[in-house]
Amino acid sequence: MCIECGCGEATPTIEPGRYVRAIGDHHHHAHDHYGEHHDHLHGGDEHRCHHRRSQDSHFCQHDHVARQAHRGQGLADCSSEAAGLNLARTSSERIIRIGRDILTKNDRIAAENRARFLTDGLLVFNLVSSPGAGKTSLLVRALAELKRTHLVGVIEGDQQTSNDAERIRATGVPAIQVNTGKGCHLDAEMVRRAYRRLPPLKHGILFIENVGNLVCPAAFDLGEACKIVIFSTPEGEDKPLKYPDMFAASSLMVINKIDLAPMVDFDREQALEYVRRINPSIEVMNVSVRSGEGVADLCAWIRKQALRIDRAEGTAR
Amino acid sequence: MHEMALCVSIMEIVEDEARRRSFSNVRTVCLELGALSGVAPEAMKFCFSVVAARTVADGAALEIVESPGLAWCMACSTSVEIARRCEPCPCCGSYQLQVTAGEQMRLRELEID
Repeated sequence: MCIECGCGEATPTIEPGRYVRAIGDHHHHAHDHYGEHHDHLHGGDEHRCHHRRSQDSHFCQHDHVARQAHRGQGLADCSSEAAGLNLARTSSERIIRIGRDILTKNDRIAAENRARFLTDGLLVFNLVSSPGAGKTSLLVRALAELKRTHLVGVIEGDQQTSNDAERIRATGVPAIQVNTGKGCHLDAEMVRRAYRRLPPLKHGILFIENVGNLVCPAAFDLGEACKIVIFSTPEGEDKPLKYPDMFAASSLMVINKIDLAPMVDFDREQALEYVRRINPSIEVMNVSVRSGEGVADLCAWIRKQALRIDRAEGTAR
Repeated sequence: MHEMALCVSIMEIVEDEARRRSFSNVRTVCLELGALSGVAPEAMKFCFSVVAARTVADGAALEIVESPGLAWCMACSTSVEIARRCEPCPCCGSYQLQVTAGEQMRLRELEID
């Protein structure tokens, strides 16, 4: 495995610019790099290119501009940095204070994604659930409705296959598949790269369908406006207690397959009581992709969030 | 489950520091993990030894300092300590708790040669 970025056998792969149909690949080829080394996808040369660049840019960055950049990012070790350098170089003291969040890099890229989405007037949702809860089916159903009023795009995360992206594209909505390989979640860098391969979605809505997993995606900010957690009635009402971190991090809980509730003895009130223990302010919605129940409510909720962004933009203007 | 990804991030920071501060051998990596961070320390140690192999931190010990989870109980209007997210207030049994600390995952310090 590459120590720089964790790539190697488990390298995440992102589809080339293929959204609805082949509208011409690499429309993002504007070289709008952020001074990072991961942006340069050139087909088969990607890995070699990335590593050559990584060496150059790392040394270059850290010898010349890193300190300024680090200060700009407000990292916690700023005040101790000069002292730390002295410690390492001039005394026998061998303890170096670092004081940095482990996910500093992901959080920085997520903040850049968020700024980019804000500039583009884009509303971004991170959809999380366990495998099989019905994220893609729900999305397919909601997109048919939302695409009438908004530009919509989807980033699909799965360990393997582009089946889900194909299902989205069949609705006429552009989608980019990210295959995480052995990875169990999407991270901010994958989203940044995938977003560049989508067509312009200014003032639209972007859905990021995370890898089906209720554990890891809770920790990785992607730059989204909020997380929507989807769980289905056959999973049992105590799912929020079993995976509290994800329910704590989400703004909306969608209970899918609500038409199956009587068949699987799903106790909705109990589920609400459990989730409110974890997250007292979470909103809750019942949906059935099969019967269509609640899909209009979900779309209305999403449009309401989009309206909020538009108003905020209007105020800013 | 995401301990491997976290260890890759830790090593990125360590290697970054090694270049900036010109050291080549790390003996101990000290982390601070909040009780509510969702990270399993044992899994972290195992993943770290794998990710650190053949780097400046090859063979380094991973020391983990756990910090407590704290929450504000809306019913008692006081700060209480909780070990897990779905626990009730230890004083009054209410679940109306707002987590205030214990989610942090920080690389505190390095001991170097």
